[in-house]
Amino acid sequence: MASMREIKRRIRSVNSTGQITKAMKLVSTVKMQKARKDLESTRPFFNIVQKTISSIVNSSKGISHPYLEQREVKKTLYIVMASDRGLAGGYNNNVCKLALKYMEERNKADIELITVGRKAKDFFERRGYKINKAYIKISEEPKYSNAKEIEENIMQLYSEGKVDEVYLVYTSFKSTIDQKPMVKKLLPVDTSDFQEESQEQRRTLMIYEPSPESVLEYIIPKYIASVIYGAMFEAAASEQGARMTAMDSATKNAEEIIDNLTLHFNRARQAAITQEITEVVSGAEALK
Amino acid sequence: MAEKKTLLKIITPDRNFFDEEVDMVIFRTIQGDMGVLPGHAPLTTILSIGIIRIKQGEEEKRATLIGGFAEIQPDRITILADAAEWPEEIDKERAEAAKRRAEERLAKKTEDINVARAEAALKRALVRLELCQYRE
Repeated sequence: MASMREIKRRIRSVNSTGQITKAMKLVSTVKMQKARKDLESTRPFFNIVQKTISSIVNSSKGISHPYLEQREVKKTLYIVMASDRGLAGGYNNNVCKLALKYMEERNKADIELITVGRKAKDFFERRGYKINKAYIKISEEPKYSNAKEIEENIMQLYSEGKVDEVYLVYTSFKSTIDQKPMVKKLLPVDTSDFQEESQEQRRTLMIYEPSPESVLEYIIPKYIASVIYGAMFEAAASEQGARMTAMDSATKNAEEIIDNLTLHFNRARQAAITQEITEVVSGAEALK
Repeated sequence: MAEKKTLLKIITPDRNFFDEEVDMVIFRTIQGDMGVLPGHAPLTTILSIGIIRIKQGEEEKRATLIGGFAEIQPDRITILADAAEWPEEIDKERAEAAKRRAEERLAKKTEDINVARAEAALKRALVRLELCQYRE
């Protein structure tokens, strides 16, 4: 059995680890609540952009636009959103693995990659993927300008024909304990996404100025930017949620270990006392 | 018609900027300034970088609108902008610095700069500075 002093030292170290994990849990709880609130406030913008696109697509039947047209897929662009920091349970790994699963179906040379977060960058660099652009230090507090920059980037690649498809891989935030990595197709825009919901809303004839095509041309990048912006917040909330859960179980584990060690410590103490008594008694016996 | 009002909503990606009843709105589209009164025909148009004037009775409010689009219905106007600011929210020094930066970049006209982006930045700065004049 380990000596009392050794056990005491271990208890102390586990205890301080537990304090750290507990603090981290509290911090991520606060950060998660903030990200959730921010996510809520991005919703109205997104909803209206989506509604406008659907009304254009539906009111002008047979509208055609490069952003809407499916073309032969040679190169595919993936945008993978993870975080800069670890200690968030399986958060980074799950989202990167999902992206990898899709990417492995294709030729490595036909894949373009944009990563958000240091962990995603490291993950794909290790596996020998070429990264077009890696964004770091934006995942925790997303800004619209970041989303717009990514959007401008992919729009350029897409209209120059350098990529034929764009997918977004991120973690969608279902609840505090439930986050799910997801793949979403950004380009070409799938018009069926917009078709069904407009069935209910009957609209008066809308005039588009200068023309439906140019309004669409303007709005689709906005739509993409707002999808990316929303996804960034979902990813941020998921990251904090995952970290919260991970830190919670780490704290619980630390407590369990401390309980266990305390038990061992007490046993060691008792054994030492018993031994001492035995020594005293046997010493006294010997003197008789 | 005078009592009739229209609901104006201005939404930016990160907040609901404005949501009130108004008498008249004037804003800048990519085809020029446009005034909208209650009861306007349904119209969707693209906005340019400019100042929006909102009339509520005797009062007139001004704000910057940086890009976006407007959806007009007879009883409501919805404006989605990349950014919007009231005069008191504008950081004058920052806008002036941005203006100088953009002007420098345009003056140099080197190959690697994005002229369209610099022009847009200049326009944004100018609009912000213009709005500063209306600060109380």
